[in-house]
Amino acid sequence: MTLEVIGISVLWLFLFGYVLVASIDFGAGVFNAYSLYTGRKHILTNIIQRYLSPVWEVTNVFLVFFFVGMVGFFPKTAFYYGTILLVPASISIILIAIRGSYYAFETYGSRGHMGYTFMYGLSGLFIPASLSIVLTISEGGFVTLVNDHPVLDYWALFTSPLTWSIVVLSLAAVLYISAVFLTWYANKAQDQNATELLRKYALIWAAPLMITAAGIIVELRIHNAEHYARMLDVWWLLGLSFILFLGTVWLIWKRKKYGLAFGLLAGQFTLAFFAYGISHYPYLLYPYLTIYDSFTNEAMAISLIVAFIAGLCLLVPSLWLLLRLFLFDKNYVRGRVKKEDS
Amino acid sequence: MGKEEAVFFSRVLTELTLSFHIIYATIGVGIPLMIMIAQWIGIKKNDEHYILLARRWARGFVITVAVGVVTGTAIGLQLSLLWPNFMELAGNVIALPLFMETFAFFFEAIFLGIYLYTWDRFENQKKHLLLLIPVAVGASFSAVFITIVNAFMNAPQGFDIVGGQLININPLIAMFNPAMPTKVAHVLATAYMTSAFVLAAIAAFRLLKGSSHIYHKKALYLTMKLSLIFSIASAVIGDFSGKYLAEYQPEKLAAAEWHLETEENAPLYLFGVLEDGEVRYAIKIPFALSILAHSSLSAEVIGLDQFPEDEIPPLYIHYLFDIMVSIGVWLTVLSAVYVIGTWKGWPFVRRQWFRGFIVAGGTLSIIAIEAGWWFAEVGRQPWILRGILRTEDAATTSGQVDLMLLLFAGLYLILGIGSIVVLSRMFRRNPVEKELDDRHTEMGGEHS
Repeated sequence: MTLEVIGISVLWLFLFGYVLVASIDFGAGVFNAYSLYTGRKHILTNIIQRYLSPVWEVTNVFLVFFFVGMVGFFPKTAFYYGTILLVPASISIILIAIRGSYYAFETYGSRGHMGYTFMYGLSGLFIPASLSIVLTISEGGFVTLVNDHPVLDYWALFTSPLTWSIVVLSLAAVLYISAVFLTWYANKAQDQNATELLRKYALIWAAPLMITAAGIIVELRIHNAEHYARMLDVWWLLGLSFILFLGTVWLIWKRKKYGLAFGLLAGQFTLAFFAYGISHYPYLLYPYLTIYDSFTNEAMAISLIVAFIAGLCLLVPSLWLLLRLFLFDKNYVRGRVKKEDS
Repeated sequence: MGKEEAVFFSRVLTELTLSFHIIYATIGVGIPLMIMIAQWIGIKKNDEHYILLARRWARGFVITVAVGVVTGTAIGLQLSLLWPNFMELAGNVIALPLFMETFAFFFEAIFLGIYLYTWDRFENQKKHLLLLIPVAVGASFSAVFITIVNAFMNAPQGFDIVGGQLININPLIAMFNPAMPTKVAHVLATAYMTSAFVLAAIAAFRLLKGSSHIYHKKALYLTMKLSLIFSIASAVIGDFSGKYLAEYQPEKLAAAEWHLETEENAPLYLFGVLEDGEVRYAIKIPFALSILAHSSLSAEVIGLDQFPEDEIPPLYIHYLFDIMVSIGVWLTVLSAVYVIGTWKGWPFVRRQWFRGFIVAGGTLSIIAIEAGWWFAEVGRQPWILRGILRTEDAATTSGQVDLMLLLFAGLYLILGIGSIVVLSRMFRRNPVEKELDDRHTEMGGEHS
């Protein structure tokens, strides 16, 4: 395995981490706002706050980690993506900023402003939409070089069916992942009402997820034949992913083993995410930028990998502690405060 | 939008984001240390006032952290969005500390979450104190790493350029550049100093507003002692920074001091205005610049005449330098008088007017931070990488920077107002007297 492949694998893993934890976060905001709208706020709010409060800041770090690592391992991406993404990325930053600060203001400051709750929920839909634009752009066809500087064709981007399919897919995935996770969490909290409601949401969002995912593969055939062909090479990964998806839906349907259901979901998205990533190889921006011509020098690559391993030695135990205290601690999840040790 | 306008708006937007971010970032670096110290003293003295102090600071800290995190995310991305050519070049050499900064940040984020939500889960306060160590360490180390990146921009090294290509890259040599020790130390010391002054200002404000609770007095005395220590540290390191500039970045020092001609026995000008190349209305301290630069009365200090016109920074940085230094000196004196006065029992340090000065000190210290950063950053113009890459060659070619500037300005306005409103409401609704009563009732109930 070359250093380039190690680099991109590490980054893809962190992007996946972000997608998973941020989906839970974004979806929770949407469900929270929706339940307020339908007068069922009390059912979900406690569950959602209890989970989100200790982890919202960590969620943000996954994103920072990804883009800092991207520029570190592949400095040329700063030139290409930096130039073309000014507007979409700025909009994402602003939404993330409003969302993150609002959460802190609301949770630790004052509670219960209706308008804010809706804004919070809505931003949870717009952020994945604005971020998923990057995935569309990476497929090529929307960027041209003018005087050696990349220029983004917004008109082509916004009229492409591929763009909108990816946007819908990201929204469906956010809501589905979040609902499955929160069903499990609510069930652990022995909150029957919340579990039932979230279970319903999970089942509702399963169908659009699969439809758009299948649609994108078809659209890729027209848009980027090379990527489509490589996708077919890894059809078995996608097939496996689909089987895991069926497993999750079945368990949720039967009201059985929600923990396992979430495990299968994580497996499903891992496989699909890596199948997509592998088939994208070696391009970072089709057809201008591959992982090989944008890769940093060897000295930097090695020191980044060393720093990464050292960092993980710190992070993994810390994350484990965080999960143990807030996710796997029955008393915390159920909202009871227990005094430990003495 | 033409290229020149894109450069201009990119600079304004970066300056706006950073100026806003450093208020929250500076507090974010210093306050965890103060919380840790308060918690530690509380445990050592078995005094619940200090524990409560730690808790209340921590509660307010969450709000500032939130704004610090989101604006930090903004500047992190803006580096690539607004300065793509810079990041492409610098990314090859300086990615390592950037990457390590995110680890420090990650570490802090995890333990801050744990600290905040385990207040009532650990009976043993010592365990709770242990959780604060990674928060404070993570906060300080993210400042260390990001300052290393900035130091590199002032003193780039660790690579060779041959025919436009970067070769012989050594990330560690790039990190340990000559600007790094003084910059990192000055940033840390002034961040602790500012946080201590901000917290002292809050305590003084409560006392000024009529509360005479012992809690506020303890808080004020503690934070003023810390302020004094860190003010002295900042001043000493500031002096080293001056010597660094004389050695490695003489054009920045010369512009800051309006040192126009290279000469020996160089005088130092305080304040004043510059008219037609003449310094007027300034306080002139003979030999002081030679001492500042080289610790010798007669040392020769390089003046602006040694540099081509298009490589010297704007001369208005003199005012920024003066603001920073004057505030630094004033606050050092103020904290020294307060600490000595309290110790010796001088009555005037308890007077309202003196407390008014301390309240103003909080704002002043933040002004000094801003002035210091503007001085450091504008003083490196016209370079983004000193001697290697000019600012105008690094900016984006995108045509929408002006629009983004407006959007972000709106965002910072909302965040600024929001954080002030939330913070003041949080503490006004729950004054310390009330919280102490609540805790007594709670504890009384438990032990009976």
